[in-house]
Amino acid sequence: MNSDNASIFKEGLWHNNTALVQLLGLCPLLAVSGTVVNALGLGVATTLVMAGSNITVSLIRNLVRPELRIPCFVLVIASFVTAVELLMQAFLYDLYLVLGIFIPLIVTNCVIIARAESFAAKNNVWRSLLDGLSMGIGFTAVLLLLGAIREILGHGTLFTQAELMFGEGAQWLTITLIDDYRGFLLAILPPGAFLVLGLLIAGKNVIDKRRAQRTIQTVATPASVAAESST
Amino acid sequence: MNLDTPSSPHIHSGINITGIMVRVCLALVPAIIAYTWFFGWGLCINILIAVGTALCAEALMLRIRQRPIAPFLADGSAVLTGVLLAFCLPPFSPWWITVMGTAFAIIVAKQLYGGLGYNPFNPAMVGYVMLLISFPLEMTQWVPPNIVNQLQIGFLDTLNIIFTGSFPYSLNIDALSMATPLDTVKTELGLNLTVSEIMRGNAIFGDFGGVGWEWVGNWVLLGGVWLIYKRIITWHIPLAVMGSLFVISFFFFMLDPDTYASPMFHLFSGATLLAAFFIATDPVSASTTPRGRIFYGIGIGILIYVIRTWGSYPDGVAFAVLLMNMAAPTIDYYTQPRVFGYKKGNTNENPRRGQN
Repeated sequence: MNSDNASIFKEGLWHNNTALVQLLGLCPLLAVSGTVVNALGLGVATTLVMAGSNITVSLIRNLVRPELRIPCFVLVIASFVTAVELLMQAFLYDLYLVLGIFIPLIVTNCVIIARAESFAAKNNVWRSLLDGLSMGIGFTAVLLLLGAIREILGHGTLFTQAELMFGEGAQWLTITLIDDYRGFLLAILPPGAFLVLGLLIAGKNVIDKRRAQRTIQTVATPASVAAESST
Repeated sequence: MNLDTPSSPHIHSGINITGIMVRVCLALVPAIIAYTWFFGWGLCINILIAVGTALCAEALMLRIRQRPIAPFLADGSAVLTGVLLAFCLPPFSPWWITVMGTAFAIIVAKQLYGGLGYNPFNPAMVGYVMLLISFPLEMTQWVPPNIVNQLQIGFLDTLNIIFTGSFPYSLNIDALSMATPLDTVKTELGLNLTVSEIMRGNAIFGDFGGVGWEWVGNWVLLGGVWLIYKRIITWHIPLAVMGSLFVISFFFFMLDPDTYASPMFHLFSGATLLAAFFIATDPVSASTTPRGRIFYGIGIGILIYVIRTWGSYPDGVAFAVLLMNMAAPTIDYYTQPRVFGYKKGNTNENPRRGQN
């Protein structure tokens, strides 16, 4: 059971990462990742929706007729998005204003319906919850990385406007990395998001390739690798 | 006995990529000299920086991609990208502008797509557009022609300006820089002045375009004609670009000469001629069929006019070229020439149709 849980997390965080491998839900990913705080806000919202919808879909999976499953899933997802939107409007109003249309648009994020259809509709509640969480965290991690790179390149800062997410007491989080930075507009504009995402995907592929080569080597000469690792 | 039968082509014109690139660079030399005469040593220094950066970036990427370095560097395509990009930059732009633009052009627009022959977009224009949207301030610091001669800004002063940003005679760029003719027309039309009032009211306008600019344009034109004569490029793209720009600007000029600049102004301003002969004719990113090249050129000409007249940028050459680069594969698909021996119109029998 434990190894099963671990494998679900590995899938969501790395092997089947929504942003780097499935390339789903790119619209909010590219539009909102201008700063770390925006990225974190949208990532957390998406994760909550994904976990909630996966649990609900998994609960009702034996009650819904197959012909009607897609409308039902969409209704479930839309309810959760509305709930998250209202929550953000109540507690994180400034962040809600910054993210704007992209919170309601989580409904149309194809990752969520894809997980509901391909995982939650076929698995029990616990596994579906884990899958929703891991996929959401994987998505958030890429969003954060993208947001950090774009913010550093574009503004020369990190965690700017942290007060939007964590309240006024969090202003100390904002780090100015480069003083008098003139700004690199391309990184903030949409093309910058595409470029950085492309480089991230390339980076992941390089790491995967190296790993695959290493496993081949381990299989071929276990003794020499063991000797290497002991030194 | 073994008779060796190599596959076609059996007759080679004797020119290779290096030959093409060297000739294109040579054709630019008169324009570079004219530009240096009017705008100072900045262009020459920028070209040196850009070419150096282009070669370094190319070598770096070839090394990472594990390709042979020497033959690809010797083909001269990186050098040409550097020269063309430097030609588009303001003469006193800081060194890091040139370095960043060229590195972006070579690394992202060329090598990441697979190197020479695989890039769907013109690398020099990608680098230029990246700079234009990222650093609008530095990319609009144009100086008026002849100012370098009046102020006697020599080679060392120019080096100082480019590398340290400090101007001689305690001047600064804000005192020196000036709107380009295209920019002036655009801004002052917004102030409800007529074109003829604008032309009379500013000393930067010459006979057709801006003083100096139009002479650089003449030499670009001459170099381009030499390229056609040498059969490095065909006449289709330059003629289509200039022709369509002329026709569309003539139409609007006739409609209302007060609010639309003359066709000759459009032809001899900005980068029109450079684009028509040197940038749009890039054999990799342009359309490759004869009919397709005409459509491709017409598209560029119309887009240049549309962006200049109704867009928010004073010159739209780079955007026009990139947009048509994007359309080039589609144009090629629909304009495939009739294969010798096949009837026209009978597409089912044409073996080349649908292979793409």
